[in-house]
Parts: sequence; structure tokens; C-alpha cells
Amino acid sequence: MIRRFEDKCNIAYRQGLVGGYMHVYIGMEATAVGWNAALKPGWDYVITAYRDHAQPLIMGSDPVKVMAEIMGRSGGYSFGKGGSMHIYDIENCFFGGWGIVGGHTPLGAGLAFAAKYRKEDRVTICYLGDGASNAGVFFESLNMAALWDLPVIFIIENNEFAMGTRLEYHAADTQLYKRGEPFGIKSERLDGMDVLQVKADAERIVNWVRENQKPYLVEVMNYRFAGHGAADNDRQLYRTKEEEDENTKRDPIARLEKYLTENNLMTAEKMEAINVEIEERVEAIYEEAVNSPHPEPHEVYAHVYSDMEPEKGH
Amino acid sequence: MPTQELSYRDALRMALVEEIDRDQNVFVMGEDIGRYQGTFRVTEGLFQKYNVEQNDWRIIDTPIVEPGFTGIAIGAAMTGLRPVVEMMTMSFSILALDQIINHAAKIHYMTGGQSTVPMVIRGPGGAAKQLSAQHSHSLEGWYAHCPGLKVVAPATPQDAYSMFKQAVRDDNPVIFTENPGLYTIKGEVTTGPDVLQPFGKAQVLREGKDLSLVAYSRMVHVCLEVADRLAEVGISAEVVDVRSLLPLDTETIYQSVRKTNRAIVVYEDWKSGGFGAEIASRISEDCFDDLDAPVGRVGGLNVPMPYSRVLELECIPNADDVMAAVRKLG
Repeated sequence: MIRRFEDKCNIAYRQGLVGGYMHVYIGMEATAVGWNAALKPGWDYVITAYRDHAQPLIMGSDPVKVMAEIMGRSGGYSFGKGGSMHIYDIENCFFGGWGIVGGHTPLGAGLAFAAKYRKEDRVTICYLGDGASNAGVFFESLNMAALWDLPVIFIIENNEFAMGTRLEYHAADTQLYKRGEPFGIKSERLDGMDVLQVKADAERIVNWVRENQKPYLVEVMNYRFAGHGAADNDRQLYRTKEEEDENTKRDPIARLEKYLTENNLMTAEKMEAINVEIEERVEAIYEEAVNSPHPEPHEVYAHVYSDMEPEKGH
Repeated sequence: MPTQELSYRDALRMALVEEIDRDQNVFVMGEDIGRYQGTFRVTEGLFQKYNVEQNDWRIIDTPIVEPGFTGIAIGAAMTGLRPVVEMMTMSFSILALDQIINHAAKIHYMTGGQSTVPMVIRGPGGAAKQLSAQHSHSLEGWYAHCPGLKVVAPATPQDAYSMFKQAVRDDNPVIFTENPGLYTIKGEVTTGPDVLQPFGKAQVLREGKDLSLVAYSRMVHVCLEVADRLAEVGISAEVVDVRSLLPLDTETIYQSVRKTNRAIVVYEDWKSGGFGAEIASRISEDCFDDLDAPVGRVGGLNVPMPYSRVLELECIPNADDVMAAVRKLG
């Protein structure tokens, strides 16, 4: 579903229906799917950066409202004022959707802070990329998360590239899970491509954090099949075609299909039927989203403040 | 309602205590605010009262990392908590600009109204005494430039009290700036659970008919001094305390200018591009026909704040500087 949804977003981008920056999750799906399976729906908090289409889809958000937002339509979660990088579904505990690399990591700690302050047993997952793992504010967040025993799991999704710069050119220590160690935070490097393994690891760690009320840091090894963003048309500047082909063999979806087939858990016909159903569903989502109207000009003033309008006019 | 004489600092602290007591969601975080009781002593006694005696985690000492703890406050606020973040000086809020501008100010908008950020960022803004170039900034104009924030700069103990309570109850991020020169000034303060001063309302602190002096924060007191001096020479100056920069009450300012036909805007921030320039521009734009002279401006010198007391006093506008501007108006 995520794969087809993101494929469709790419098509919409090429059709000119999506503007600005858009970052798809293709290749990394097993990470969000596996981790989310360990969370209590509607209770635990999730926050991520700008590669944010997948999480809300998994967390029960309305996919039409997600795609409408990506297209900047009034039927989107933020009425077209957020866009691809800023998807939020607060009711379902998805807190976005942020465009400043590393900038959302203290917010993730803040969500966990709120749970601790209220003595609730919510766990927060804060995703960030390997690029964001160098940000000063991330280290500040790690320190305070450990200092105050905040129940937050920082997941560094190491897809090997900070935009167009390969890991070894941006990180002095490429073992990113070690970022937590100076703060006494339990830290691990884990696979992010085998969804069943991801889920098992996630359940173990989420339960530990809920029980022990302490932070955790995980480096998840996955791979971004797509470019950094939809506007990234020069992938060969930072990686070879051969490398991409090699990594495609790690495809989490093909891997799961193979597992299901080999263990006689699902027939080829059933799998095909599911694929067809998903494609039809995504088509229907696309149709509904693309038919959502553009916002009216006067809506530009709404939601600047919760209780007043800003000054109007140029 | 009870009235008592309070210093600006004590009025602030009283408002803070009342809001913490009123709402379990209100907590305070910042550097040295707890065990050390705050560099400017606004949070004096609070750690003992809440964290020690009540065993309640309300006063939170942070590491010296403005981006990190501001971001934590923002995340907490997104869930409905009401953090009061103290910047040891507003100059340090520059480190947290990404959190304040890129995050807090944009959240209600980017979420399409799904989330609010009910937080207050408060602290001393402007020059204290010889704190030199990195601790003396007046940044209210920067913040008032940014939609999504509210920015207030109270000048009196009464407003410190009632605007602070208003700020804590506001669902939007509020920048609450306190000029360090104001902490010890005293005034009569009416107190009470719901003594609130809504934002976006300027006040005329002294009526006059010949000239409007428009200012906020400590410069209001400089203007009041100037009005006294002008009265001695037969000039009747009106003093308008803007007190809320965003939202800005232009109507009260314009009414004054329409009456006096002359205006000088006074602000401690760097003169060039400071918020006083915005006010002056609006008066010129909207009250052109009422003006008998160009709008005057008195601002801080366009230099980094020097350490030497002699040079520092050179930078900060004083009554003589405003008097010179009055003479220039003719």
C-alpha cells in the first residue's frame, strides 16, 4: 500500500499535481510498518521529519486526506497549507511532518516529556535520518531525554545518504547507534528491511521503554530506493546504478512476498489479488484527492493564530 | 479587587505562581531557574515551594541548551501542556530561533489548526548594565516580524502581572520581553485570579495635546520623563504605551496622532529596521494628512553594545535624545 501510494505520488509530481519538495519512503517501508506494529494505536506518539507519507497511512489516517494534502488541496489534513513535508494527524497521535533536518528531535523528546509529566505510559517514537544524527539539537535532546528519563525511542533511519552526501562523507563515526552511548542511553543497530524482524525488535524495545521509562536509541539500516526528493534527478552523482541494483535485492516487500510463498502462508493468486486491490484503492484515493478543490484565497489567513486573524492585505 | 505596591519583578513572580497554582499544565523551564532561583530572581523560591515542598515537578532546571529545551517545550505544548520558558536573557533566544520561528510559530498553520502551541517565552530583553555585546539585544522587533507569534513588552508592574497571566492562558506562542531595567520599578498593582490584560491594546499613560510620544517597555518611562520636562516649557506631550507589538493596536496610536498632529517613536532596539521603524512607517502611511511634521524616531545606536558604561549609555536612548528629537520637529 505504501509502495503503491508513493509510486502514485511520484506520478502526481511528474504530472505537476504536486509542487515543492516531496520525499517518498520507497524501499524503507519495513521500518515504519514494523515499528508501528509495536505501538498502541491512538495512544503512543510518532513524529518524523519530511519523509512523512508512510507513518500516517499506517497509523490509521485517511489516505485521501494525506494525498490531498500532498497535492495542496483543501481536502488535506492541513487544508493544503502543509504539503508533502508537513502531514499531521494529531488525533491519531501522528505529530508530523517537519522540514528542518534535526529540528524536530527535541519536539519528539517534548512529546515524551509531556507523557512523563502527566504520568501516562505513552511511548514516543521519533524518527530521524542519518543526516539529522549530526545535528547539535539532536545531541541536546539525547542529553535531556537521558537526564529526565523520557520514554522516547529515537530511530535513526540510516538509509546511507544525507540528501546527496554519503554517510562516510558526513559522519565522523558511521556507527550512528553510538550516538546514544555517551548519554548512557541503551543503543542498538538493527535491520530495517525485514519487516518481521523489525516488528520483533520493535516490540521488545517498545515494551522495555514503556516498562522502564527511559529513552532508547536505534540505528535502523535501510535504503532509500528513490532519490532524496522528487526533485533529485541526479542520483548517479552520489551512487552507482550497480549499487542501486544490488540494494534493490534487499527490497522489503519482495522479501516478505518470498517469505510468504516459501512458507506456504499465501498463494500467488491471493498475493496477486491483494496487489490488484491495493492498486485499485490507490487509484480511488488519487481520484478523490485530485478532485478535492484548491483552497479559496481567503483561507490564507486561517490558522495563523488560534484566536485571531493576522493583519490582512499586502 | 486587592491592590498593592509591587516591583515589576514581584508582580511577574506573583502572576507566575498564581498561574502555576491555577493550572496543572503550567510548568516553568530554563537555565538556573530552580535551585539557583533565576539569574534575575523572577523564579525566586519556586523550586522550594513546588519541587521540594509539594514534590511536584513544576520548576525544571535545564542544561544550557536553548534550542533543545525550547524544542522540548514546544513538543510538550503540542500535547496541551503550557510551558513557560525562561531565557536567561533574550539574547540567548537567538540560539533557539529555529525552534521559535521554524517550529513554534508555524505549527498551528502547518497543522491546519489541529495543534496549538500554548507556550510563553519570557526573559530580560535589552541592555542591563555593562553586559556588553552578546547579552544586551532587543529582539522584540525580530519576533514581531514573524506571523504566528504574539509579542508583548509591558512597561509597568500592573502590565507585567496582568499581561503575563494573559500570556500563560493564550493558546499561541507568546514572546514576553522584560527590559532588565524594569525589574526594580514599583507601582500599584491590582491583583486577582482573572485580572488579565488582553493583547493588542495600547494605553495612553499621559494625556497631552501637542505631541505624541510612542514607546514600549522601558522607553515608556523615558518618554514620561520627557513629558515632564516638556510640561515645564509649556509643551503638552501625550505618552502612548504600545505594550503589545503583535498584535499591534494602531488605532490608539493613530487617535493620539490625530489629536496632537506630531509623533516621535522611541525604542531601545537598533534604530535601523527596529520595530519603532514599523510604527513610524504606519503613522506616516495612515495619518499623513494629520501630521504637521514628519514622524520622528529615536532608537538605539546602530552598533554592537559596548562594555564601557560611558559608551553603553551613549547607545541607549535617553530623555536628552528624545528632547533633541522634539526640537527637531520644530
